[in-house]
Amino acid sequence: MIEVGNEDPWKAIGASSVDATAARWLARRDRADWRAADQAELDTWLSASTAHMVTYLRLHDAWNRADRLAALRAPMRETPVVPDVHKRVSQPALKIAAVCILAAGMTAALTYRPVPRDVTYSTPIGGREVIALSDGSQVELNTNTILRISGGRSRTVTLDKGEAYFQIKHNAKHPFIVHAFGHRVTDLGTKFVVRGSGKRLEVALVEGRARVDAANTGVHQASAVLTPGDVAIAIDNTVSVTKKPATSLADQLAWRAGMLVFDRATLAEVAIQFNRYNSRKIVIADPAVAHLEIMGKFPVNDVALFGRVAKAVLGVNVADRGNEVVVSKSAGK
Amino acid sequence: MAVSGVAAWFIREVLPLEAALMQFLRRCVRDGSDVADLRQDVYVRVYEAAQKKIPHPVKPFLITTARNIVIDRVRRERVVSIETVADLAELEIAEDRPGPERSVIARQELRRLQAALDRLSPRCREAVVLKKVEGLTGREIAARMGISEDTVDEYLAIGMVALARHLHADGTDAGGAA
Repeated sequence: MIEVGNEDPWKAIGASSVDATAARWLARRDRADWRAADQAELDTWLSASTAHMVTYLRLHDAWNRADRLAALRAPMRETPVVPDVHKRVSQPALKIAAVCILAAGMTAALTYRPVPRDVTYSTPIGGREVIALSDGSQVELNTNTILRISGGRSRTVTLDKGEAYFQIKHNAKHPFIVHAFGHRVTDLGTKFVVRGSGKRLEVALVEGRARVDAANTGVHQASAVLTPGDVAIAIDNTVSVTKKPATSLADQLAWRAGMLVFDRATLAEVAIQFNRYNSRKIVIADPAVAHLEIMGKFPVNDVALFGRVAKAVLGVNVADRGNEVVVSKSAGK
Repeated sequence: MAVSGVAAWFIREVLPLEAALMQFLRRCVRDGSDVADLRQDVYVRVYEAAQKKIPHPVKPFLITTARNIVIDRVRRERVVSIETVADLAELEIAEDRPGPERSVIARQELRRLQAALDRLSPRCREAVVLKKVEGLTGREIAARMGISEDTVDEYLAIGMVALARHLHADGTDAGGAA
């Protein structure tokens, strides 16, 4: 292809001529007008020598990892951009408050008491919602999640399904309590994320302190007080706690900005994550590719983008079958 | 490109060890200028060996290969410095020290990328930022910068090599050498 020149910029960064050629291939490959003939030419160049291949792979890997630079785009932490949802959500809450006041006014005359009702919030697959509570606390619901706020006791909620991120205004007299999957989380001044299924609860503490009490089976009840970075898993009547680095917690919470972050996750894990957010499911058809690893940051709803990246980076075959995206071993080569 | 099993293995298992490999090579080669060439030779040899049989565990194999390549070169050039011999003996013991490569975390990587960006020429940096931070296509970058798409590619290619170098740096290689 392009003749490798001796321009100064290449010398300045200590690039060999193979480096320069491999890098130019990689840059050109991203272009919209990349054709099969170009690919064939690249394949020929790659198979011409192992030096070409290893140089190409090394730069390719670095260029993919440079996608992390996208993190510099906007200071996304602590600023979820969902103001209109706030409004929509607080509206029914206001109505309920109004009903309660009205009801209280009538109590004397009619001895009528409204039964406090649970308010249920839910998100569909791929949905995300922010709930502003009257005490200034905030709950963000991730995909496919159901949260109940107990009537009359605004600081007690139940996570019936899915995942939620809590930012709680601490009140020592009225602890905020999350019931989830048979277990209980008590806020001690905190930001934390709760998720689970069945009888398994997972709590990751971002800030402050919280206590996790495993299901009370009558025999023995385990509990643990979490400090930032702790991830607790409660199953049956046990609680186990591990420490995670802050970056890993931040990655885990990338859904708040509509992203999924994978740091060397296997395709099997990646599929599970994407499938939480999309009705169009990723199916790993081939056990041989399930353990391949990928790094990257993807919009939660962009299964197609993931497919393209997996194909380009791992060389797997990605087939679009309507409601399924099937990943299998590459047939050719 | 169809990435073979060996290629995927190479990306996953070998490239993360580059900082350790470079550290080893820099200690062997006094003037430092040949380190990139040596690294390339090591990768070629490791990759070709893996095409026959994937070596396991990887790190000792990588370092042994690197040592053999250094020894070959010393023999070929017939200039055996006492320092080199001493280092090679010492490194046999030292190589098993746990390297930082597995604990390289995202934040560190981002810092390195930023440092690499800072060292690029302004126009080159602009192209890389528009591509990787803003997520523009080559065509959009060309329009924004008022240059041809080919020139954009050239800037990106230069940026790519510089970023690769910094991503694998172990902290002692501030870049710019050679």
